[in-house]
Amino acid sequence: MSATSAPPPRTAGRLGAVTSHTLFWPVVALVALLAANTIFRPSFLSVSVLNGHLFGSPIDILRNCAPLMLVALGMTLVIATRGIDLSVGAVVAIAGAVALSFIATAPEPEAIGTVLTAIGIALVLSLLLGVWNGFLVSVVGVQPIIATLILMTAGRGIAMLITQGQITTVTSAPFKTLGAGFWLGLPVATLVAFGVFGLVSFLTRRTALGMLVEAVGINPSASRLAGVQARTIVWTVFALAGLFSGLAGLILASNVMAADANNAGLFIELDAILAVVIGGTSLAGGKFSLSGTFVGVLIIATLTLTVTNLGISPLVTPLFKALVVAAVTLAQSPVVRRKLAERAVRRPSTSKAVA
Amino acid sequence: MAPRTAPADPVVEMYGITVERSGTRVLDDVDLLLRPGEVHALMGENGAGKSTLIGALTGTVPILAGDVLVDGAPRTPESVARSRAEGIATVFQESHLSPHLTVAENVMIGHEVRRWFGIDWSSTRERASAALAALGLEDVDPRAPLEDLSPATKQLVAVARAIVLEPRVLVLDEPTSSLDAAEASRLLGVVRRLRDQGAAVLFVSHFLEQVFEVSDRLTVLRGGRVVAEYRTAEVERAELISKMIGEDIDALQALHSERLSHHYAQPGEVTLRAASLGRRGVLEPTDVELSRGEVVGFAGLRGSGRTELARLMSGVERPDRGELWFDGARVQLRSPGAALRYRIAMSSENLRDDGIVAGLTVRQNIVLALQALRGWTRPLSRGEQDAIVDTYLDALRLSPDDLDRPAGELSGGTQQKVLLARLLATRPHVLILDEPTRGIDIAAKLDIQRRVARLAGEGVAVVFISSELEEVVRLSDRIVVLKDREKIGELSNGPGVTVDTIVEMIAADTGEAGPDAEG
Repeated sequence: MSATSAPPPRTAGRLGAVTSHTLFWPVVALVALLAANTIFRPSFLSVSVLNGHLFGSPIDILRNCAPLMLVALGMTLVIATRGIDLSVGAVVAIAGAVALSFIATAPEPEAIGTVLTAIGIALVLSLLLGVWNGFLVSVVGVQPIIATLILMTAGRGIAMLITQGQITTVTSAPFKTLGAGFWLGLPVATLVAFGVFGLVSFLTRRTALGMLVEAVGINPSASRLAGVQARTIVWTVFALAGLFSGLAGLILASNVMAADANNAGLFIELDAILAVVIGGTSLAGGKFSLSGTFVGVLIIATLTLTVTNLGISPLVTPLFKALVVAAVTLAQSPVVRRKLAERAVRRPSTSKAVA
Repeated sequence: MAPRTAPADPVVEMYGITVERSGTRVLDDVDLLLRPGEVHALMGENGAGKSTLIGALTGTVPILAGDVLVDGAPRTPESVARSRAEGIATVFQESHLSPHLTVAENVMIGHEVRRWFGIDWSSTRERASAALAALGLEDVDPRAPLEDLSPATKQLVAVARAIVLEPRVLVLDEPTSSLDAAEASRLLGVVRRLRDQGAAVLFVSHFLEQVFEVSDRLTVLRGGRVVAEYRTAEVERAELISKMIGEDIDALQALHSERLSHHYAQPGEVTLRAASLGRRGVLEPTDVELSRGEVVGFAGLRGSGRTELARLMSGVERPDRGELWFDGARVQLRSPGAALRYRIAMSSENLRDDGIVAGLTVRQNIVLALQALRGWTRPLSRGEQDAIVDTYLDALRLSPDDLDRPAGELSGGTQQKVLLARLLATRPHVLILDEPTRGIDIAAKLDIQRRVARLAGEGVAVVFISSELEEVVRLSDRIVVLKDREKIGELSNGPGVTVDTIVEMIAADTGEAGPDAEG
């Protein structure tokens, strides 16, 4: 109803440029969380070397955030094309179930070959599930939220079928490396997730993929007329979201060496959407920020650890997440920013009154 | 009801209106008075500030300095709803309607007839129908969803929404841009009736003749300033045009004679040929040949099939009968992207929905088609982008300052140029332009038409579609005339061919060949 096209608040100088950056408030929130933890427990930020591995809370955050990092990566791309993928949690469960069931029934669960085959099968299946979502959205024309709701609902049932209703557990040292191992002192899970994240970030900005994804997200019809294969792009991002979710599912399953069809990756789609939103990518599609998603994921992971550190029951973690999300989204909202800017401007000069 | 004779006190007074947008002054010290019983036309190029001034009046654009008075009392415009409550109704440029609501709901939204318990839908629909009937839309079902209507009818629905309240001040921003002649004259009739009932009307249009037909007073804006104000009866067209653009009036004539001499040049070989190309319910089977170095105009009224033919020839829509031949080989164009691989490029008549990607920068918009053609794996480097952008910067007189701005912020004329640059960057062999000059100012039109003429000179086969038949006649070597989804004839352009030739051809066609009754 009211005027929507007000001029951007004019905050002067370099400070203004920094505070108006989309990543400013998410980074502030992250730093604040880390600071609060450090005040509560001064050793929070310290990292020590133990058995050639790095240990400490920051390392825990980096390791724990790996699955969410991968899921949120795919989610960012899907959201950028105006879509949403609710099925990522189900794909996480299916990937874990498939890999562990394969290893459990294999004659040599400790063999590298077995593990690689299991990982390969799980990833191919995840990719196919993403392709299925993409098919429904881009070819059949089902709305993304409905299309992925189908797999979200069906997926855990599929995982149950694969595990035959049991929580499949295995012992396989090579597989355990993925989720719990260390390489060069750092968690393998972190290296994998950050590696994939970095690769995709690089691809989107160094090739034209990022621009084409944004063009499709902003105006699919105009993009099509400009010759952009909009259908292929939408299909591709859903396929990638499936693949990355599968990889996340493998890391989660490897971390606990168990496939729990009911609880693996439960609500991870919501965390992923939160991370994307905190990072400043609009759910309306179009412009996206992978670095924003990166910070968003770190905030969520830090928050989860904070709650544990403060000795609060993990059952109330969602409440804290909600508070942080509310704070960050409010700080990013144009309306709130304008009000704050007006308040800052009003003090020095009052010459704007009506004549 | 104010008498028409004595100049009444102004109902709206705007003094010293100044507006800035991202640091640049888009309106500078503008005065405007709207009197009851008077149609006031606002003229100017794209980017002159017309839409901004309307925004300042209706409260959608914040004012940096200046005063708006309604009935002599100062007021801070806050919102469109507030303006409507004061009796100021606006019809926006590209109608802001809700496609999924019904026609009646769109017309009456916010003003539904209420009883003691909720909305009285039958009275609401009746009032909507009355407003629609005034615009000649008796046959439109008020219960039909808006999205089923043609663009022209939608625009009239937007007008109906504004006049349903019998406003004291009516603002019309390009209300006729997608209407054909009959619809436009009906709309002008309604404007006159409202004026005679004492409404103050602010009328913005690029159609000079309509402005002369309907307005009592003219204000000319250029670069955000008022450069002249006239009584319409006292001004010469040539003077008005030169005030608006300051130059270029001779250039149009030069272009015309240049094109005329070109008409006698030998046409090149046939490049794109449609053989019985058609689609059920969209276009009857049609034969058309496009040759290198030739401008072919598709002429016809709105809905005649000129847009449909263009879409079928460029892969936007798929034909279900007939064949398309490109350079002697049969081709199937499954998408615009596929057409682009044959260097067949097309711009849609719907700039905002199918043309510009508003959130991308001008630079990105320009390179988009070429990038799509190359595929995402082979990005254009910054240097290549600069080279492409520089080529069209001068040719189309784009401002380098705009390059990194989101394309959605620019005026319609600039967006059209950006779109043209996007297509040219792919080095098309066939260029199909559907209404590339609609709703843009004379200077931008001239830039685009010049460019089209030059392209033909360079050997491109060009299709030019425009509602303004003068343009089609000025630019085309050959004119394909369509009526009722069917090609009714073809004219070789020459000194004897005028707008009237085409109009007579359309009028004389009795439709004996008759399209299938089924739509």
